[in-house]
Amino acid sequence: MQAFTKLTGIAAPLPKANVDTDQIIPARFLKSISRTGFGKNLFANFRYREDGSENPDFVLNQEPYRKAEILIAFENFGCGSSREHAPWALLDFGIRCVIAPDFADIFHNNSFKNGVLPVRLPREVCEQLMEDARMGGNARLTVDLEREVVVRPNGEEIPFKIDPLRRHLLLNGLDDIGQTLQHASAIDAYEAKRKASQPWLAGG
Amino acid sequence: MSGQKPRTLFDKIWDAHVVETLPDGTALLYIDLHLTHEVTTPQAFDGLRQAGRKVRRPEATLAVIDHNIATDASRYTGIEDPESRVQVETLERNVQEFGVPFIPLLDQRQGIVHVIGPELGRSLPGMTIVCGDSHTSTHGAMGALAFGIGTSEVEHVLATQTLLQKPARNMQVLVEGNLALGCTAKDIVLAIIGKIGTAGGTGHVIEFAGDAIRALDMAGRMTVCNMSIEGGARAGMVAPDQTTYDYVRTRPMAPKGEALERAIEYWKTLPTDAGAHFDKVVKLAAHEIAPQVTWGTSPEDVLPITGIVPNPEEAADEARREQMRRKMQYMGLQPGQRLQDLKVDVVFVGSCTNSRIEDIRAAAAVARGRKVAEGVRAMVVPGSGLVKAQAEEEGLDRILQEAGFEWREAGCSMCLGMNPDKLTPGQRCASTSNRNFEGRQGPGGRTHLLSPAMAAAAAIAGHLADVRDFQPQQAQ
Repeated sequence: MQAFTKLTGIAAPLPKANVDTDQIIPARFLKSISRTGFGKNLFANFRYREDGSENPDFVLNQEPYRKAEILIAFENFGCGSSREHAPWALLDFGIRCVIAPDFADIFHNNSFKNGVLPVRLPREVCEQLMEDARMGGNARLTVDLEREVVVRPNGEEIPFKIDPLRRHLLLNGLDDIGQTLQHASAIDAYEAKRKASQPWLAGG
Repeated sequence: MSGQKPRTLFDKIWDAHVVETLPDGTALLYIDLHLTHEVTTPQAFDGLRQAGRKVRRPEATLAVIDHNIATDASRYTGIEDPESRVQVETLERNVQEFGVPFIPLLDQRQGIVHVIGPELGRSLPGMTIVCGDSHTSTHGAMGALAFGIGTSEVEHVLATQTLLQKPARNMQVLVEGNLALGCTAKDIVLAIIGKIGTAGGTGHVIEFAGDAIRALDMAGRMTVCNMSIEGGARAGMVAPDQTTYDYVRTRPMAPKGEALERAIEYWKTLPTDAGAHFDKVVKLAAHEIAPQVTWGTSPEDVLPITGIVPNPEEAADEARREQMRRKMQYMGLQPGQRLQDLKVDVVFVGSCTNSRIEDIRAAAAVARGRKVAEGVRAMVVPGSGLVKAQAEEEGLDRILQEAGFEWREAGCSMCLGMNPDKLTPGQRCASTSNRNFEGRQGPGGRTHLLSPAMAAAAAIAGHLADVRDFQPQQAQ
C-alpha cells in the first residue's frame, strides 16, 4: 500500500449526501480480477451519457477537476455495498482523500486499506471546503495526515482526528496482515481453547 | 449471576471471539466462518499468492458462485460474457489451489451465498461470520455476529482467520405487537429504515427484538437482518431461540446428536441479559406497519402503499429540496401521484433479501388463479437450487408459470445489474431486493422495493398495488 503523509491538490466538489458505492462504481464494472483499471468507470453513470460520450455537466469531466486528488461530499459517503472496487476506482482515478461529514462503515474501512484517506469534518466545514473547491485550480487544499490538519487556500487550518493505529499504518504504508501474523501464537492458542469449549466448530 | 455486568447478545459473541486486544483498543477478532464468492475474492487470493501465504483454515471457508451467472438455461452451456467467465473461472482455480470447499455452479446446493449459508447449516448461532458482501448481515438472523468486509479484509481473514476490529456500539430495535394481515418481515424492515434513515445504524450493531420479531420464522428474520446494512448498521442480529434451534436441527451440515445438544446448551446463554445497556433504542408498533414500498433512490424513501409521492418543495432546506427533485426526475415521478397508480414494467421476486421458500410461497399465494398483467415481465428467481427443488415439489413453479411468471435458476439475478438480468433505461420495477439506488438494477432502471406478496400483487395489477386487496383464490 502506498503511504499517505501529506497531499496538496485540487479538490472536486460533489455536493451530495448518500453517495453510494453503486454510484461510485456500478456493479457491471466489478468483473475485473485486478485491483487497477477501475478509474475510467468511476461514477460511470454520471460521467458518461447513454451513448458512451462524456457528460460535460459532471464535475470530474470539467477542468481542472479531471486532475482532482481530493473529493468533498456530504453525509453518509460510501453507503451500500462492501465492494473495495469503490476505493480502488477513486485511487485509480487519482483521488487519495475524501472529505465528508461522515462515512458508511465498510467504505471507511476499505479506504484505509488502500491508502485513501477518509476525513470526517462537520457539515458546516464541508460546506466551506465545498466553496473552496468550487474556486477550481486557484484553490488547492492540503491534507496533512502527520499533523492531522486540512489547510484551506486562505491558510486556515482545520484539525481532524484519525484513529491512531490506522494513522500509523497509513503514514507508513503498512500491510496489516504482516502485523497480525506477529500474533500467530495467540491465534493458535485461541483455536486450541475453542476446540475444547466449542467442539462442534472444530471441523469447519 | 456472578455479579458480572449485564451484556448484550453482541457483547457476548464479541467477547468470546477476542484473541487479543491491542493497546489502542482494537481487537484481533477470531472469525468462525468465511463465506466467499467470485466478485470480491480474486484480488485477495492474488495477494496471498504474491506474499506466499496459505489459507489458514480452508475448512472454515466456503465458496460459491452467485453474482455473475445467468439465471436461465444458458448457464448450462457456459458463461457468455467473457469478463464474467474469467471471474468465475478464477474462483474455480483459486479454490482448487488453496483447498477451499466449493459448491460448483451445477451442484443443486448452489445459490446466493446468504441463502445457502443458513440453509446448509454452515451459519450457526454464536458464530462470527464474514463475507466480502455487505448483505452478510443476513446471517445475524441465526444469532450470529455477521458482517460484510472488503477484499483486503477477505485476504486478511484467509491468511489469519482474524480481523482487526474496533467494537461497535449496541442498538436495539424493538418491534412489539402483532403484524396486520398482508404485512411481512420486509414491511417491518422497510418501516425501520424509513424511521432511522440510511445512516441511522452507522457504527452500531442492531439487535432486533420484541414479540413481532420473535414471531417471525427464520426466513423472516433473515429478511430483516439482511437489510440492516441499508440502515447503515455494521450488523443486525436476532437472539437464538427455539425457532432457531428447530431450524438448525434440519440442516444437512449442522452439528448433529450430542454435539448439537451441547451447542444448544451454549447458544441458550447468548441472549441479551436483563438490564444490558444499549446506546440507542428505537421502538416500533407492529400493528401500525402497513405494506411498504419505496418511491425514491434510497431505501429510506419509503411509504405505506396507500401513500402519495411527496412534494420536494415541502422539504426542510434547499439541499434536500434539490436532492428530492433529482430523485423524482430519476424515478419519473410527480408530487402528489398515488403510489398505487405507478405502472410497472418488470416484477422481480428474488435476491438474498427475499428468495427463500417462504418468500416464493407468499408470491405464489397471490399469483394463484390469477394472470400477470399484459406488458409486465414478471420473474421469480429462487435463492438456491434447494429452494427451487422444494418449490417444485410443492407445485409453486406451476402456479407461478400458469399465472405468467418466469421460473428461473438460482442466483443474484436482477438485484444488482452485473449479470444478464438487468433493467433497461426508464423501466420501472417492483422488486423484492434490497437497494433502489440509481442504476442498481441496470443503468436508468427505476426500482421500488417491496415484499414478495406485494411484488406479486403488482405483477397481477400491472401497477403498484395493495396486497390487502388480493384475497387468496383457488386455482382455476
